[in-house]
Amino acid sequence: MQKLVVIGAGMASGRVLETLFETDPGAFEVTLFNAEPRGNYNRIMLSPVLSGEKSFEEIVTHDDAWYGANRVVCRFGEKVVAIDRTRKVVVGENGEVPYDKLIVATGSVPFIVPVEGRDLPGVITYRDLDDTNRMIEASARAGGRAVVIGGGLLGLEAAAGLRLRGMEVTVLHLTGHLMDRQLDEAAGYLLRRDLEKRGISVMTRASTERILGENQVEAVELADGTRLAADLVVMAVGIRPSVELAKAAGLAVNRAIVVDAQMRTSDPDVYAVGECVEFNGTLFGLVAPLYEQAKILAGCLLGRPGSFAVKELSTKLKVTGCDLFSAGDFAAGDGREEIVLRDPAQGVYRRLVIEDDRLVGAVMYGDTGDANWFFDLIREGAPVSAMRETLIFGQSYQGTAPLDPMAAVAALPDDAEICGCNGVCKGKITGAITAKGLTSLDEVRAHTKASASCGTCTGLVEQLMAMTLGAAYNPAAVKPMCPCTDLSHGDVRRLIVAKELKSIPEVMQELEWKTSCGCAKCRPALNYYLLADWPGEYADDDQSRFINERVHANIQKDGTYSVVPRMWGGLTSASELRAIADVVDKFSIPTVKCTGGQRIDMLGVKKEDLPAVWADLNAAGMVSGAAYGKALRTVKTCVGTDWCRFGTQDSTGLGVKIERFMWGSWTPAKVKMAVSGCPRNCAEATCKDVGVICTDAGYEIHFAGAAGLDIKGTEVLTQVKTEEEALEMIVALVQLYREQGHYLERIYKWLKRVGMESIRAAIVEDAEKRRHYFERFAYSQRFAQRDPWADRASGGVAPHEFRPMAEISYREAAE
Amino acid sequence: MTREWHRIGLLTDIPRRGARCVTSPFGRIAVFRTADDEIFATEDRCPHRGGPLSQGIVHDASVTCPLHNAVIELATGFMQGPEGGRVRVFATRVDPLTRVIELSLAEAAGVPEAAE
Ligand SMILES: Cc1cc2nc3c(=O)[nH]c(=O)nc-3n(C[C@H](O)[C@H](O)[C@H](O)COP(=O)(O)OP(=O)(O)OC[C@H]3O[C@@H](n4cnc5c(N)ncnc54)[C@H](O)[C@@H]3O)c2cc1C
Ligand code: HEM
Ligand code: SF4
Ligand code: SF4
Ligand code: FES
Repeated sequence: MQKLVVIGAGMASGRVLETLFETDPGAFEVTLFNAEPRGNYNRIMLSPVLSGEKSFEEIVTHDDAWYGANRVVCRFGEKVVAIDRTRKVVVGENGEVPYDKLIVATGSVPFIVPVEGRDLPGVITYRDLDDTNRMIEASARAGGRAVVIGGGLLGLEAAAGLRLRGMEVTVLHLTGHLMDRQLDEAAGYLLRRDLEKRGISVMTRASTERILGENQVEAVELADGTRLAADLVVMAVGIRPSVELAKAAGLAVNRAIVVDAQMRTSDPDVYAVGECVEFNGTLFGLVAPLYEQAKILAGCLLGRPGSFAVKELSTKLKVTGCDLFSAGDFAAGDGREEIVLRDPAQGVYRRLVIEDDRLVGAVMYGDTGDANWFFDLIREGAPVSAMRETLIFGQSYQGTAPLDPMAAVAALPDDAEICGCNGVCKGKITGAITAKGLTSLDEVRAHTKASASCGTCTGLVEQLMAMTLGAAYNPAAVKPMCPCTDLSHGDVRRLIVAKELKSIPEVMQELEWKTSCGCAKCRPALNYYLLADWPGEYADDDQSRFINERVHANIQKDGTYSVVPRMWGGLTSASELRAIADVVDKFSIPTVKCTGGQRIDMLGVKKEDLPAVWADLNAAGMVSGAAYGKALRTVKTCVGTDWCRFGTQDSTGLGVKIERFMWGSWTPAKVKMAVSGCPRNCAEATCKDVGVICTDAGYEIHFAGAAGLDIKGTEVLTQVKTEEEALEMIVALVQLYREQGHYLERIYKWLKRVGMESIRAAIVEDAEKRRHYFERFAYSQRFAQRDPWADRASGGVAPHEFRPMAEISYREAAE
Repeated sequence: MTREWHRIGLLTDIPRRGARCVTSPFGRIAVFRTADDEIFATEDRCPHRGGPLSQGIVHDASVTCPLHNAVIELATGFMQGPEGGRVRVFATRVDPLTRVIELSLAEAAGVPEAAE
């Protein structure tokens, strides 16, 4: 009988042996080595063992009786240290075994993040039963804290298990969303929300700097300095194929052991299978393809060669209550269409990607009922045009006529609840429409409160209006923000606050965005709304900003930039002017010009010079003038009582105070201000977004002027006596605008939309409200007043933004 | 022209929904990374009036030019809308394990090449 030696008793080799013994029990005499002191078990079920849903005995695949019956010589707990291919023997720790055929099935080992403290007791990985038992032990102590590094499949299963066992768990993940290799942002957000509901904290964009502790792990420190106390640290950041043995034996090894479609290595008597192999450049990390390999390998050993091929894979997470599924290639691309279905109430997200009339990828969260059906469609490559309209609803919808939504609403009884927030039933809404002659959604909201809170019932209310009013109802009154949504800017702002939405993926999911990642119109708007509504909580998304706000300079028609430093109230000094002159010389800046807002503009700066230009200006005490931003731009002043013979108040001083207090704040559109020292108005305050005219009696506060495409004089908001009152009034006014304005809507358009009365009521007539708005502005300034130039000049922020990532030289290109 | 691959950096050097530049003898090339980690490369010149596409906002597999908001499809280089126009696109590939991005200049044929 031929001698077969197998190195590694894992999932792949186990399947090889099963197939072998089932087909021809007498063909080989098998010796099985395993470094782990036990035989084959179902490794992927370690997670249910960790969470306590299963016992180890339940997941053993082959027990002693099975090995006995098949006359396998088991050498468990014994590591193979060498393969001698010339003598055809395998060298174990306790002695040699000769082979005719050899299978290397050594699997892989967890990747260890090379940080200080990785060797401390209490820092473990997640691969085998011993790791699992260590985690179970650590969780036995009450109040234990665990930090899991890595928010992929393994890390999340570990986190969920530890949490079920009562530990306080934090998951650290390097990129912006969980399971980023398998899920898109929207599904990643839903997953995070579900995990957080289970009491697991999730930190994304968290990079581990080092692990701290004396004799035992005590804490994890992140790159931003955050420290997290920890009694247990689980590293689950990826795997590395175990190939040392094969390499030492001289087998061809690339990133893993190279095999052909018959699972043969470069030595025809040596086979390899499982996570330790590389086939056609592909590595493997899930069991489905390994089982396929095992079947092929067993067939080859028995003289029935097959051929292995890489197939589409799908992923599921084994955490009870987190239903997710992803398969195929779901990247957006040209010629690709996507269909997105979102049901925020149920936490459901589905996205299908179609190319050339075939389904090529799918991501699902919340309801994975049709996962297998979609997966089959992907694998078969079947044409889908016939069921395109209802495809996303799944298999059960195929072949039936689509439901008419109007008929469904008409069929509801009068006491059916439509608006859950305010408890409004169908009869009340239709009654009010008829009795009071309501014709717009806003009127229905005002009279019945239906759809006035969270707004998820808006669709139903609109259908009721259409049904009741017939042709008289014209829903086109709402102008959607962009083609990605049916909601208007106003709706979106209201819902962000009402539903406490705090990130872009969250808004897109909860408000049923029709695209997976928005467009150049909605993303900057959402970024502003979230920044304005959740100061200190929302992390600014650079990639959703227009280039000027991303690099803090103005893009010019030739792609170069202009740089404008802040000059408080229009004041400058000899040393600032000297620094500007030096920068102009040093970087050969072609044009220097005075702007309309009393600043100096350096035009034609090359992008790659920007950080150095800023560093020099910073060194002279200047910060960014935000001349590029939807933000407070300039406060223009005249010289007032300091110098002017007509001056009535210190207009320059007030202008400087306003600018110092308000710089750095983001606004729906740009905000330009001015303070004039008397009604002669040399600072042209009466065509600004906010202006002040000083008089002997005090300060006249103006706003809502325009001197651009439209030209319009300001309106007078009110008059105040002191500088302090003037500052408070202006700040409160701008804050009200920040909270109500639509993105890109200047103050004069905002006034036209909301009306003078409502603004006066909030800011002028109610001192307490005014104070609140003032304080909210002051609070948000704590996070906003950072000089963006300083951050970037120091190289701390995205250095590549300003330098090419690579340069291909002429010689290289010509080769 | 045989396809020559140039290693230009790591996937993670480019932010998701962002872009970076590569300089080459054929001019500046913009390299984009989408939300789904797809990589595309185009000439960094908008077909409209030469705007630097690398500075635009990336959404799905398109970029909006920062100068006048033309939308360019990254895979084909076509500009959306009635005016038409197209930028040159370059082939890229990403190693699934090391995440190294490689770029090919083969499509640069047709651009004047001094050496030939
Ligand atoms: C907790 C967990 C959950 C998972 N969940 C899933 C899932 O849901 N779905 C999925 O598809 N996949 C999942 N996986 C991945 C899956 O388990 C692996 O793909 C699979 O186990 C790999 O099989 P293998 O036979 O290649 O390696 P292994 O099963 O790792 O077996 C290799 C064996 O070789 C032994 N060995 C190594 N070197 C030597 C040596 N020199 N001498 C002797 N013996 C040696 C090792 O001790 C080990 O027992 C999960 C993995 C883990 C750890
Ligand atoms: C070593 C690297 C670089 C050098 C030596 C360099 C040099 C130059 C030169 C000489 C110009 C011509 C200026 C003009 O037309 O007036 C220019 C223009 C420009 N550069 Fe660079 N550059 C480099 C890298 C970059 C990078 C990485 C970017 C962007 C990420 C960039 C962005 C620009 C832009 C937008 C222009 C405007 C030209 C146009 O739109 O065609 N440069 N650069
Ligand atoms: S606005 Fe009045 S105070 Fe100011 S400079 Fe002109 S005249 Fe003088
Ligand atoms: S007025 Fe017109 S041309 Fe002049 S800077 Fe403004 S936008 Fe440009
Ligand atoms: S240059 Fe790109 S849109 Fe005008």
